[in-house]
Amino acid sequence: MNVYANLSLVLLLILTAAGAILIKDLIGAVLVLGSYSFFLALLWAWLGAVDVAFTEAVVGAGLATVLFLLALFLTVPLEQKGQLPRGQWPAFVGLPLLGILLLYIAEDLPKFGDPLSPSNTHLAPDYLMHSLPATKTPNVVTSVLMDFRSLDTLIETAVIFTAGIATACLLRTSRHDSHTR
Amino acid sequence: MNASLFDILTIWLQRPNFIAFIILFLWGLYIMIAHHNLIKKLIGMYLVQTSVIFFFITVSAKAGATVPILLNGESVDPALYANPLPHVLMLTAIVVGVATLGVSLALVVAIYRQYGSLDEEVILKQLGE
Repeated sequence: MNVYANLSLVLLLILTAAGAILIKDLIGAVLVLGSYSFFLALLWAWLGAVDVAFTEAVVGAGLATVLFLLALFLTVPLEQKGQLPRGQWPAFVGLPLLGILLLYIAEDLPKFGDPLSPSNTHLAPDYLMHSLPATKTPNVVTSVLMDFRSLDTLIETAVIFTAGIATACLLRTSRHDSHTR
Repeated sequence: MNASLFDILTIWLQRPNFIAFIILFLWGLYIMIAHHNLIKKLIGMYLVQTSVIFFFITVSAKAGATVPILLNGESVDPALYANPLPHVLMLTAIVVGVATLGVSLALVVAIYRQYGSLDEEVILKQLGE
């Protein structure tokens, strides 16, 4: 795990995020956001999280970009000129405070790639050692997701179902809505 | 004074991904609060979601470790494999995040049909009438 490759990917990540925020054309911003998702997937594959990288490449770079583009085709693709909204003082007071707090706690977090950090030594070795005898699946992420936490994964489909129902209800155009412009 | 500043910089340089997480998280949160365009607000929300996932994956990384797919089952050395538990949690988080994004985009489309604009100020002005 090379630190410099990680650093260059992180730099690309921040650059593409800045592009997605700063580009005025909304379709361009959404496409740059798709490339941000792609670099995120590359970075996660580099850090050893291949399953998460697959999911991000399919769901983040693919599905989220398509959803954004669909919403843009149903609305306006160009950001109109507008002034900053009023009542922003919570952002200008709260966010710097939050940033200072996060930088202050950085000392207590484990170093990058530390094998002896509490999260890497406490529970995870048990799962790594016992998942193959217990579930006969070489991929530990699959065995935890589909076996040890299978009920949680099952109920997660209810979340997707609810989101689908909510989207259908919101986008439904009824004949009685004559006042809708 | 110099030594302590050097110490602080060392602390930050040893955690480069946490610094990147702070930048992405705060910038996304700022865009969510302060931008006037609703689609841009959702781009900020997506940045906040993915930055938190990025933080968790960074915590799961180990130096000298590989993908958590076991090669031989008899003697597993946990130091050779990345921590799989944050990966599992973040798989769930990605899917739920995209579900949230889909619902909020549908809300934006419904708002556009009602008010004919994506600009927050224009919508607020129409609401005040």
